[in-house]
Amino acid sequence: MTERTNSNGALGRRDVLRAALGGALAVAGSGFVLRGASATPETAAQALAKMGVGGNAKQGKVHLKLPEIAENGRTVPLSVRVDSPMSDKDYVKAIHIVAEGNPNPEVVTFNLTPAVGKAEISTRMRLGKTQNVVAAAVMNDGSVYKVSRFIKVTIGGCGG
Amino acid sequence: MAKKPRIKVPKTAKKGDIIKIKTLVLHKMETGLRKDRKTKKLVPRMIINKFVATFNGKEVFSANMSPAISANPYFAFHTKATESGTFEFTWTDDMGKTVTASRKITVT
Repeated sequence: MTERTNSNGALGRRDVLRAALGGALAVAGSGFVLRGASATPETAAQALAKMGVGGNAKQGKVHLKLPEIAENGRTVPLSVRVDSPMSDKDYVKAIHIVAEGNPNPEVVTFNLTPAVGKAEISTRMRLGKTQNVVAAAVMNDGSVYKVSRFIKVTIGGCGG
Repeated sequence: MAKKPRIKVPKTAKKGDIIKIKTLVLHKMETGLRKDRKTKKLVPRMIINKFVATFNGKEVFSANMSPAISANPYFAFHTKATESGTFEFTWTDDMGKTVTASRKITVT
């Protein structure tokens, strides 16, 4: 059996990523326990209300792409897309991501301008346990759209 | 935060094209919820809480981060190519320290 290497023998992007991840895991392994009370759907709703996303939020327009099962909660890929022409008159102002089962519900807020051209953003987040993740988009005219996705998390990632 | 961030911006683009920008900065993003195994004390929070991307001095995209963003924060986003110029990227941590980087693009 030979070990899988790149054909050119050089250190590829994946190898670098794997090394970086390994380092992160080593750090995390030194104290991997979830502390304190976690957020609930209620506190998540409160957090959203603070961002201006309350009962006025409509369904639709927002598309949230997550893996069905996250084996490692420390780095969960997330991609959010909003149907919008992103013109000067009609654009997405902000996208909020909220996790209902994390120690703190807030994950990230993206501030967009018409210059982005396409309202589609990817990042990586931590999830403490199996839970719902909410993405809410605030348009420039003040209307709000949101979507919620359920995601299973095998190993939580909030203690480290 | 000494290491250089990794950034992908196309060197050239056609006017009106929507281009994809990818950024990754190395940072452990300490959540403030983790206990040190030896001292049994919580490791204080130390994260990058703000990322800003500007083009020719004007903000295009920014993100306000919480500890729920993974270590080595990665973002992929888009922008419309309108003219040649410079993208500036700035990451700011809890102590107010910043990392900056810039990339040039030629738009034809």
